[in-house]
Amino acid sequence: MNLIAGLFNYWVVIFLMMAGFYNVIARGNLIKKLIGLNIFQTSVFLLYISMGKKEGGTAPIVAGADAVYSNPLPHVLILTAIVVGVATTAVGLALVMRIKEAYGSIEEDEIHQRDGEA
Amino acid sequence: MKERIVLRVFAKPLIPLILLFALYVQFHGDYGPGGGFQAGVIFGAALIFYALVFGLEKAQKVAPPTFLQSLTALGLLLYAGTGIASLVLGGNFLDYSVLADDAVHGQHLGILLIELGVGTTVASVIVLIFFSFAGQKQT
Amino acid sequence: MIALLDILLLSFLVVVVVAVTRTRDLFAAIVLTGIYSLLSASIFVVLDAVDVAFTEAAVGAGISTVIFLGALALTSRSEKVSSHPSWGALFTTLTTGAILVYGTLDMPHYGDPAAPIHHHVAPRYIQDSPTEVGVPNMVTSVLASYRGYDTLGETAVIFTAGISVLLLLRRPRQSAAKEEQQ
Repeated sequence: MNLIAGLFNYWVVIFLMMAGFYNVIARGNLIKKLIGLNIFQTSVFLLYISMGKKEGGTAPIVAGADAVYSNPLPHVLILTAIVVGVATTAVGLALVMRIKEAYGSIEEDEIHQRDGEA
Repeated sequence: MKERIVLRVFAKPLIPLILLFALYVQFHGDYGPGGGFQAGVIFGAALIFYALVFGLEKAQKVAPPTFLQSLTALGLLLYAGTGIASLVLGGNFLDYSVLADDAVHGQHLGILLIELGVGTTVASVIVLIFFSFAGQKQT
Repeated sequence: MIALLDILLLSFLVVVVVAVTRTRDLFAAIVLTGIYSLLSASIFVVLDAVDVAFTEAAVGAGISTVIFLGALALTSRSEKVSSHPSWGALFTTLTTGAILVYGTLDMPHYGDPAAPIHHHVAPRYIQDSPTEVGVPNMVTSVLASYRGYDTLGETAVIFTAGISVLLLLRRPRQSAAKEEQQ
């Protein structure tokens, strides 16, 4: 019981990660794949921030003499990761637009078909 | 355009407030949550809101893409330039303690400059990406 | 009380993710992703990560949704239903999930102050940041001063992404067509 209470957060986050992962590998639509990747990224951020939380802690902004602060190092790491994630999503979507222009479709099997014909 | 009248009336006082909030977040990143990235994104969101309500041509007159491209490079240059300045003044790369007489004041100055650089780059990149996406013609 | 809020928000997240996976309408999926980002930002606030919550709400629920909708405007609105069920993908997903859950059995419990993550560099940052850097927000002092080099790399990544999007979506064919007319 103690194990479930202690690790419940992580298991839910792993479920979210796997749902995003399933969207990436099982769906043929390119935009759905990018949505799945986005969900995967955000759940990884949840995992790291959960690891940095201290019980009874507060936000890492100086407040009073003996306050317990949550670890600021994962916060910095995830800040960087969020912004890099949106940059990658923007480039991915620009690629999707050019693929649509070149092949006329964004479904994976139709693109492979057109590649096979050419 | 009649059905957009509520949006236009509502957006006109709201967009300056969003820009002001972006500046607040930029400069108060030291004292509360905030900083360069958040401020840049909020600034970009204000310009995107303007483009959504008033049209892409008007937004591109307010923020010409060539100007935004120079701003992108200038932000990164400001960040790297602060590092080079601390090299020139005798410290390590990005060691802000040598930027002023007192080490703590040097840190404050260094953090201010680099957050400014980061905010500029992020804001202009986000607006440029939106302009590129919105400027595509429907096939 | 906080635990109840935590469980409530996490269950909302699970519901939203299942809805995203099952829907065929891409517009609905994109809006649900925006809701997912907003719920994650709320959870970040509960987990004391206020800077991260700020960034996630602005970037994930704001900018990400806008650029997805911008890309959707040029492509079709609904996803094609696949003719064959994807058992291989389901099996891979379940196996990976099982391995990850097995890996978490070794992890310290959530909120444990004696976890190894709190014992190496972080106490030094928490202790020395008010005197060395003098800035109340410790996340800003670590991001800008102690780990300033990483933030330089991150800004370079954003710069590169902006340039890549400009290169990909520039339209040289319009200028070539104008030259032909002249």
